[in-house]
Amino acid sequence: MKKLKEPAMRAVFLLTACVSIAAVVLICLFLFAGGVPAIAKIGVFDFLLGTQWRPANNIYGILPMIIGSIYVTAGALLIGVPIGILTAVFLARFCPKGLHKLMKPAIDLMAGIPSVVYGFFGLVVLVPFVRDSFGGRGMSVLTASLLLGLMILPTIISVSEAALRATPQSYYEGSLALGATHERSVFAVELPAARSGVFAGVVLGIGRALGETMAVIMVAGNQAVIPDSLLVGVRTLTTNIVLEMGYSTDLHREALIGTAVVLFVFILIITTSFSLIKRRSKA
Amino acid sequence: MKKALTAFRGKLRSYKGQPVSLALFISVCFAALITMTALLFLIGYILIKGIPHLEPSLFAWVYNSENVSLTPALINTVFMTVLSLLTAVPIGIGAAVYLVEYAKRGSKLVEAVRITAETLSGIPSIVYGLFGALFFVKYLGLGLSLLSGALTLSIMILPLIMRTAEEALIAVPDSYREGSFGLGAGRLRTVFRVVLPSAVPGILSGVILSIGRVVGESAALIFTAGTVAEVAKSPLDSARTLSVHMYTISGEGLYIDQTYATAVVLLLVVIVINALSGIAAKRLSKV
Repeated sequence: MKKLKEPAMRAVFLLTACVSIAAVVLICLFLFAGGVPAIAKIGVFDFLLGTQWRPANNIYGILPMIIGSIYVTAGALLIGVPIGILTAVFLARFCPKGLHKLMKPAIDLMAGIPSVVYGFFGLVVLVPFVRDSFGGRGMSVLTASLLLGLMILPTIISVSEAALRATPQSYYEGSLALGATHERSVFAVELPAARSGVFAGVVLGIGRALGETMAVIMVAGNQAVIPDSLLVGVRTLTTNIVLEMGYSTDLHREALIGTAVVLFVFILIITTSFSLIKRRSKA
Repeated sequence: MKKALTAFRGKLRSYKGQPVSLALFISVCFAALITMTALLFLIGYILIKGIPHLEPSLFAWVYNSENVSLTPALINTVFMTVLSLLTAVPIGIGAAVYLVEYAKRGSKLVEAVRITAETLSGIPSIVYGLFGALFFVKYLGLGLSLLSGALTLSIMILPLIMRTAEEALIAVPDSYREGSFGLGAGRLRTVFRVVLPSAVPGILSGVILSIGRVVGESAALIFTAGTVAEVAKSPLDSARTLSVHMYTISGEGLYIDQTYATAVVLLLVVIVINALSGIAAKRLSKV
C-alpha cells in the first residue's frame, strides 16, 4: 500500500499537469468543429472579405468586424503605448520610493477592475464627452479606442517596468560616466536594452484590446458597417458574438462561432509571437 | 514646503542647457500623472455617483424589477467563485507540483504544458464563453448553469493559479527539500509537509487574484451560466453573477442609479481582493 502511494500520486500530479494541454485541445476541437463547416459553406473569401453582415438575408461577411477590431485595437495602442511606456519609465527610474509604494498597487488595481465597470464608466463619461466635444453620437471608434487605451495601460506598464528594472546597472552607470544626463541614460541606453520586454508588454496589450468584449459593447455603437470616420459606430469580432449569440440559430449561429474561430486564430498568432519574443529576450 | 521648493528649483536649474532631458523628464511625469488621474477619476466618479444610491432595497433577498436587488447576484457570485476554485486550485497546484518537483528539466511534456498554459492565458473571455456553451452546456448536457459557468471559468483561471503556484514552489529553498530527504522522508511527504506549506503565501496571492477574475468576469458567463436573477438552488440552476447583473441592468437603460450602486459594490469587492492579494504576496517576499 505504502509503496503504491508514491507512484500513484506522481501519476495524479502528471494528470493535473496535462489538464491545460487537454483544455487547449478541446477548445480548438470544439471551436473549429463548430465554426469551420459554416465558413466552408459560406465560402472562405465571402466570409472573411464580405462587407455585408445581414443574417436575415443569409449574408455573412465579417470584414466590417475584422476592420472594426483592427481600428479600435490600433486606436487603443496609439493612446496606451506612449502613456504606458512613459509611466513605466517613471515608475522604474524617476519615482521616489514612497510614491512607488502607492502607485504600484494602484496599477495592479487598475488591471483588476472588471470590464463591465470600465464599460459603464465609458458609457456615462466618455460617450457624452466625445459627443459634446467632437460631435457624432458619441458611441464611436474614438470612444472605444480611448476606453481600451485606458484598459491596456496596466498590462503595458507592469511588463515594461519589469523589463526596465531588469537591465544591468552597469549600462546606466556607463552612460552616466560618459557625461549623459539621467534622462538621456534612461531613454538612450536602458530603454533600448529593455526593448524586447517592452515590446512583449505591447503585444500582451494588443491581445487584451483585441479580446475585450463587454467594455467595447457598451461604448462602440455596434453597427456592422465598415466605419468611415472616427466618430461613427463600430462593431468588433468579439462584440458580434455577444450581440447575436442569444437569438441565433443554424447557419447564423455557426457563422458566429466562425467569427470566434477568426478571433481565436488572431489571438494564437499574437500569443505565439509573444512567447517567441520572450524566448529571444531570455537568450 | 519651502525646502521642497528650493530642491525643485535646484532640479530645474540642473536642466539648464539640457532641453531634451528636460522635455523627457516632463513627459515622463506627465504620463504618470495621466495614468493616475484616469484611475482616480474612474474610481472617484463611480463612488461619488454610486454611494448615494446604495439603498436598502438593493439588498433585498429576492430580485424583482422594482427593487433591482443585487443580493441574489452577490450570493451567486460567491457560489461561482467557490465552485471554480474547487476545480481550478487543486488542478493548478497539482500541475505546478509536477512541473517543479517531479518533471525533468527541459522535457517535452513540460514544454507542452508551458506553451498551452501561455496560450490559455491569452484566450479572450468571450472565446471561453463560446467554448463553454459548446462543450459544457451542450455537449456534456449541463445546460445553462452555475456548474457550466464555473467549469468554464476554472479553465480560464487555471494558468494564473499554475503560474503563481509554480513561482512560489521555485522560491522554496532547496535546502528545505534536502533536509526533508535527509531525515528519511519520501518525495510525496516532502511535497506535502515541507514544500507546499512554505509556498502557501505565494499560492494564496494567485488564488486571490483569480477570485478577482471570477468576480469581474462577464463575457464568459452570459452563454454558460445565463442571466437568471435568482439565487441558484443547485449547481445545475442558471444564475447571474454580480458582473453579469451589472451588464444586464446597464443595458436596460431604466436602472442607471442602480447600476452605479452595483458598480460601487463590485469595485469595493475588487479593491478588497487586490489588497488581500498584495498582503499575501508581501508575506511571501519576507520569507
